[in-house]
Amino acid sequence: MADELLVPITSDVDVVSARQKGRELAAEAGFSSGDQTVIAAAISEIARNILMYAKRGEITLRTVMNGDMDGLIVVARDQGPGIPDVTRALQDGYSTSGGLGLGLPGARRLMDDFDVVSSPGKGTTVTMKKWRRRHA
Amino acid sequence: MEVPILKQGLYLIASIQSALTDADLSALREALIERVGKYRARGVIVDVTALDVMDSFAVRTLRDIAHMARLRGAETVIVGIQPEVAFAMVQLGLTLKGVSTALDLEEGLAFLDRQGRERLDRKQGRGTRG
Repeated sequence: MADELLVPITSDVDVVSARQKGRELAAEAGFSSGDQTVIAAAISEIARNILMYAKRGEITLRTVMNGDMDGLIVVARDQGPGIPDVTRALQDGYSTSGGLGLGLPGARRLMDDFDVVSSPGKGTTVTMKKWRRRHA
Repeated sequence: MEVPILKQGLYLIASIQSALTDADLSALREALIERVGKYRARGVIVDVTALDVMDSFAVRTLRDIAHMARLRGAETVIVGIQPEVAFAMVQLGLTLKGVSTALDLEEGLAFLDRQGRERLDRKQGRGTRG
């Protein structure tokens, strides 16, 4: 399946639209409504992070198959200031924006795989995945 | 998308109809806090049944509404958090600590009525029983 959706993130309206598209794609891929909500919440957090720290960026959504597993992959990219200390940014309650500091660690708890690549001055890419076992 | 706010007796009821942006949520907070004064409301109900996601911004705004309304003399109760939404909130670490919640609008109204009676009892120097 070459299902790939690109959602530009430039305003708070795009945050809503990204999580709605994520939910739709998750539904099409057969995820339960609980998992759809979890995926939508995770997308909302990382999309808002883009707005808060980088002002603009993009989110791509796609589905993959891996053996008997179906997956939904969310990639959030920005060319913002980057995260100086990724390990710290993944700790609960650590925030440089005056937020709750739950964005990244919260999204990580919601998803199965979670990876952050960031270089100061160049930007940040967050890749997160949710898996489900396909029933034959 | 503006959230309609109804006045019912001493209470304000904000019934969220669809997904809200951060700006919509902030506008709801301002409108509710202003109307608590305008209508001398004693209670605020925010019905979130229609929300299919609550992220950290939504939860923080609801908490702010509850705390600000309390400072203005009104008690807030959040009603209608869906099971999947509750699950995702807990995973995210969002607990709405210090904010009253109820299953639905009916329970929310009953909660505010109870609070109002207790307030009246205290005022008249009666114990709340026992």
